Amino acid sequence: MSKKIQIFFSIILMLIFMPKPTFAMHIMEGFLPPVWCISWGAIAIPFVILGLFSIQKTVQANPRVKMLLAMAGAFTFVLSALKIPSVTGSCSHPTGIGLGAILFGPTPMAVLGLIVLIFQALLLAHGGITTLGANTFSMAIVGSLVSFGVYKLIKKFKGPLWLSVFLAAFLGDLMTYVTTSFQLALAYPSATGGIGESLVKFMGIFAVTQLPLAVSEGILTVIIFNVLTSYSKNELQDLKILSEEASL
Amino acid sequence: MSHRAGDARKEQQIVGKNILLIILVIAIAVIPLIFQSKAEFAGADDQAKDAISQIDKGYKPWFHSIWTPPSAEIESLLFALQAGIGSLVIGYYIGFARGRKKTEEEA
Repeated sequence: MSKKIQIFFSIILMLIFMPKPTFAMHIMEGFLPPVWCISWGAIAIPFVILGLFSIQKTVQANPRVKMLLAMAGAFTFVLSALKIPSVTGSCSHPTGIGLGAILFGPTPMAVLGLIVLIFQALLLAHGGITTLGANTFSMAIVGSLVSFGVYKLIKKFKGPLWLSVFLAAFLGDLMTYVTTSFQLALAYPSATGGIGESLVKFMGIFAVTQLPLAVSEGILTVIIFNVLTSYSKNELQDLKILSEEASL
Repeated sequence: MSHRAGDARKEQQIVGKNILLIILVIAIAVIPLIFQSKAEFAGADDQAKDAISQIDKGYKPWFHSIWTPPSAEIESLLFALQAGIGSLVIGYYIGFARGRKKTEEEA
């Protein structure tokens, strides 16, 4: 075995055999001080409004993509209900935001993500009403922006569609939880090392738990895209995802 | 005719690819269960509270969920419902799109 492969495997084994208490989900009800709840809420609102306008515009221009939009919303709904075990010995769930962000652009998913978060906050005591703004920001806004940006970037460099879809969903998912760590670190700076120390602590926990789930989310999004490219070419052309002759 | 046969073959290839990808996703979920057989696989919200109280010892949540599922069973019911409703919409859409494509080809 080459040296690189050995290092790779030892890192994997280290991750697998290193259980630590961790959390990797939305910020819980009441666990964000009010000033942060209001700030993140205020930042999130414009994106949600832009998202509503964007949805209206897209649906008016291409009425037949309405069902596809519903499907993208449903995808988020399913994926955020799936708490999947991770290598750290705890569970987290994917977000499913990437698919909609690739299809419809960065803002519409702010609306759909918000709906999912409200459902979970009210009925499942998962996330929370006071932390809704912060969670919408991390999942539905940062997640969307990252997914959309990565997708566009790889498309620009003429990378294959499956790769752009995979990386967009993967990084969108991962950055959601990186953002959550930021939000928590800002609200809970460590007494000894300040925001930086808290950030390292939260991120160290997050990145590892979420990594395999982000890979899963990337793969699941590619699966849906495979289906779309075989059955829904016309809609993908309407949304300028596929040009007339392109295929996966 | 040959065009349609080519399409059918392509469709089969995609189904095959997707099945492989689904197996991969399942493997990613199952591997931790095997290697971490002693772990709790908790939903992590409680551990989050620990992490925060390590940093800020006096912190008390200032707001509580308006409604909490009365038991773990009810909670999993609601999560299953969420996944079920979502899957229903996705399945409906895929069936619809597939049927539509068939009709278009026959026309």
